[in-house]
Amino acid sequence: MRSNPADYELIAPGRLQAIVALLANEPGQWLPIAGGTDVMVQYAAGKLPARKLVSIWNVPELRGIDILPQEIRIGAGCTYTELREQEIVAHEFPLLASAAGWTGGIANQNRGTLGGNIVNASPAADSLPALLAYEAELILVSVRGERRVPYLGFHTGYKKMQLAPDELIRAICLRRRFSEYLHYARKVGARNAQAISKVCIAALGRLRGGAIGGEIEDVRIALGSVAPVPLRLPEVERILTGKPVDRELAQRARTATTAAIQPIDDIRSTARYRSAVAGNLVAEFVAQLGATA
Amino acid sequence: MTVPSENRGKCETSLAVNGKPKTVRVFPMERLLDVLRHELGLTGTKEGCGEGECGSCSVLMNGELVNSCLVPALQAAGTEITTIEGLAEGPQLSALQAAFLECGGAQCGICTPGMILASCHLLKKKPDPTLDDIREGLAGNLCRCTGYMQIFDSVAQAARRRNPA
Repeated sequence: MRSNPADYELIAPGRLQAIVALLANEPGQWLPIAGGTDVMVQYAAGKLPARKLVSIWNVPELRGIDILPQEIRIGAGCTYTELREQEIVAHEFPLLASAAGWTGGIANQNRGTLGGNIVNASPAADSLPALLAYEAELILVSVRGERRVPYLGFHTGYKKMQLAPDELIRAICLRRRFSEYLHYARKVGARNAQAISKVCIAALGRLRGGAIGGEIEDVRIALGSVAPVPLRLPEVERILTGKPVDRELAQRARTATTAAIQPIDDIRSTARYRSAVAGNLVAEFVAQLGATA
Repeated sequence: MTVPSENRGKCETSLAVNGKPKTVRVFPMERLLDVLRHELGLTGTKEGCGEGECGSCSVLMNGELVNSCLVPALQAAGTEITTIEGLAEGPQLSALQAAFLECGGAQCGICTPGMILASCHLLKKKPDPTLDDIREGLAGNLCRCTGYMQIFDSVAQAARRRNPA
């Protein structure tokens, strides 16, 4: 049943300092809401447990992308549209630019934020495998100060994460060191826009000397919708590293992928289909990597 | 003065709708969609799914396309909203509205206001869109009648009118 707006409180303190002070005063009592593309959906369905919400939409400290020599820092309140419009994201972090373009339609891209995608913690979120592949770090903020944590390991189980009740994600940091890599991203879903993935992949790799026939020097592979959390595949990466690409290697990567994931049957797909597709995507990535110069 | 019980928790919220300043007394979690339809009587904006999937309730907020079913009233405070009622100038239809009529872009009409607002947003960003641009710009707006082709034709026609080559 639809929620009654009279039962909910929503305030907009405006600046970050006032927001983290509120979260510190009553930890766990206030649910932050940015563009509402997840929170308002739960609200509409009468399934939003929180009764007190604090707006973090348009908070200046959470907006924009800082471009530093070593890394870029994406404000947690950056929308998918902003990610798509930033040249540096398209050039240096194309896996994230692709994922931003797949997430929802234009209206949802104008409101959905990268920080929101992380805390919503859907295992099917399109942008999260890209963050795993780029080894993103998160800056978390509270009245106690800021701390910086790797995104890998941030999600500890289905919808569970290492975020204290008084903390917010302030920014997502990506190191600028992947311009020489092959970036491979694909989403397999019923439809390009507005359809949640059955399986999605973000992968990066580089051959030694950047030459065809060279061994794989460095590789990262991450998948969405195949486990309770977005998954990086270290076993598969280990199998690939240091080897020249051939059909047998792609086949071994495929087998190792299906062994590493725990897909389920749900409304969007079946475990069997997801497993087959995940293996195919990894094999296709390896083949493409082998063909890059 | 006592506040009537049904108004407790409501806030004065000011916003500009189709160029006119408006002040309404609403709950902060009221959906912008309901503020437009129920408080302001602007029933051109339609509710389809109510969960951000179908695009029927699309409006422009500060020039950006949004699903008004997913915008709490408080976040719309101080913004400029454009709805389908704000596109025509008196009896003069906008180029997009005229093109939708001519090309058969509207059938049952439920998706049409959202389609036109999404098209309006697209043409502002890309005045000379390719068919792929049009398809992408409207990918968040579902139509169960037309099969989409007449809608794409309508947008292309409006774009040609605005940019006589």
